[in-house]
Amino acid sequence: MSSVPASAFLALALILFCIGLYGALTKRNTVIVLISIELMLNAVNINLVTFSKYGLNPSITGQIFALFTISVAAAEAAVGLAILISLYRAKKTVNIDEMDIMKH
Amino acid sequence: MTFSGEFLAFMGLALVAIIGGVLLLNLTKVVHMVVALIFTFVAIAGIYVLLSAEFVAAVQILIYSGAITIIMLFGIMLTKHDDESEPKTGKWRKLLVFLGIAGFAFAVYIGIYNFNIVQVPTTLHENNTMQIGKALYSKYIIPFELTSALLLVALVGSIILAKNEKKEGDSE
Repeated sequence: MSSVPASAFLALALILFCIGLYGALTKRNTVIVLISIELMLNAVNINLVTFSKYGLNPSITGQIFALFTISVAAAEAAVGLAILISLYRAKKTVNIDEMDIMKH
Repeated sequence: MTFSGEFLAFMGLALVAIIGGVLLLNLTKVVHMVVALIFTFVAIAGIYVLLSAEFVAAVQILIYSGAITIIMLFGIMLTKHDDESEPKTGKWRKLLVFLGIAGFAFAVYIGIYNFNIVQVPTTLHENNTMQIGKALYSKYIIPFELTSALLLVALVGSIILAKNEKKEGDSE
């Protein structure tokens, strides 16, 4: 039994998710945007692991889901960075505002 | 609410995690931001230990504060790494984004602030890795194999994307 209420973990995950969302929407460097997305995925993982412990029938499933999320996030980071590097080679910038060739 | 050791550990870890996130938003140099986020990732691993998920905590340290941070530092190194993250975004846009996120946070917080969920004794902390292994290889075997295919596809795809294709024009 834990003495920390479940809502404390959920509130921490909410704060981290909001920080990640703000970073992803306002930062200009693409690497920082990618890493903010990783922070949001981490906040979701906290929720999954919290609900694997609390509730009427706790089970290991939440932790398994968190592991799957971590592996998909790692793949996403690698592909995102590869796209960033080939974009940098073409346009010589990492500023996310200048990556707008599909807009025009 | 009692101030047990577990509660104090939770408060310390949560404080470190949130300070790391706030530093990510406020520092000016890109490398400093990534280093600040390492603190957040390690603190989240501590939170997993409090939630009796030791294996996920070890994976978190290995993957996030090890691999993903290093790969992001490589990304910064291979691109223009000497520029400051310039603050010339429109003030109004930042304010609008902040207001939207504050509204979202408030709406979710209403839902969770006195969220009373029943708590029953668990056995998750006993032989945690063995339980995960058993579940992963019996009940979740198909998602597990699909994950391996996904990682292979991501590896091949990212190599092809980042490959320098300059010699197509030269040699042919």
